[in-house]
Amino acid sequence: MALTKRRLKGGEIPTSSMADIAFLLLIFFLVTTTIDMDKGLGIVLPPEGDTIEIRKKNILNCLINSQGKVLLGGEPVETKNINRAIKERLRENEKLIISVKSHERTRYKDYVAVIDQLKIANATRISIAETD
Amino acid sequence: MKFSKKIKLNSDIPTASMPDIIFMLLIFFMVTTVLREYSGLPINLPKAKRIEKLKSKRHTTHIWVSKEGLISIEDKLYPVDDVRHIMYEKRSTNPQIVTSLKADEEARMGLVSGIHNELRKADALKLNYSTKTAVD
Repeated sequence: MALTKRRLKGGEIPTSSMADIAFLLLIFFLVTTTIDMDKGLGIVLPPEGDTIEIRKKNILNCLINSQGKVLLGGEPVETKNINRAIKERLRENEKLIISVKSHERTRYKDYVAVIDQLKIANATRISIAETD
Repeated sequence: MKFSKKIKLNSDIPTASMPDIIFMLLIFFMVTTVLREYSGLPINLPKAKRIEKLKSKRHTTHIWVSKEGLISIEDKLYPVDDVRHIMYEKRSTNPQIVTSLKADEEARMGLVSGIHNELRKADALKLNYSTKTAVD
């Protein structure tokens, strides 16, 4: 039985392909990363059981019926004109609180359109009343 | 006038540090990637102009509301009255949670208002109506 002499081999890990492997992983994570962030209309709900007395002149009622028609302070307004009407009223009274009240059968789309209009008018005090 | 001899410049791009750079990019994307966890319900989001971005996915929880009036949280259907328990638990584990309401544009306000009330009871007051960007 012939004994072969053991050769000393250089114990190196081949690093030339490391860049390729890293690139492959990089591309995988680039592809799977979802860039589209969630976006929408932000609103803060009032805490439970928190009722504040507000003067009547500081409240503007905004009613939405089941057909999506809007009644702003007793007058019918087109949805796209709400922001102008609100802006005017905010100029007169800075403390104005807009109370949005919708019918139970109102479509969410119409409601979001009204909230969007309020946001365009830079109205910060928005109150959401319960449906009836 | 003297002509100076042109020096031969070594015009190689150093590639030795390339794996390091690639690895850094890789780690950045690995950390920022949030794999899609829940699929939700098939909905058509409403459109709005004045939208804001939600800051972090880690602090966001979604509630899906379909036009038939189904409510889904983390791919399970719940009646309206159960929303408060789930949201309360979520809120106690993460106090800065933001609820993203993904409701169909044909959903009825009666249901959305019910969800408002449930969220108020659960003390999860930061709400975001998820919308698409309107182009005009």
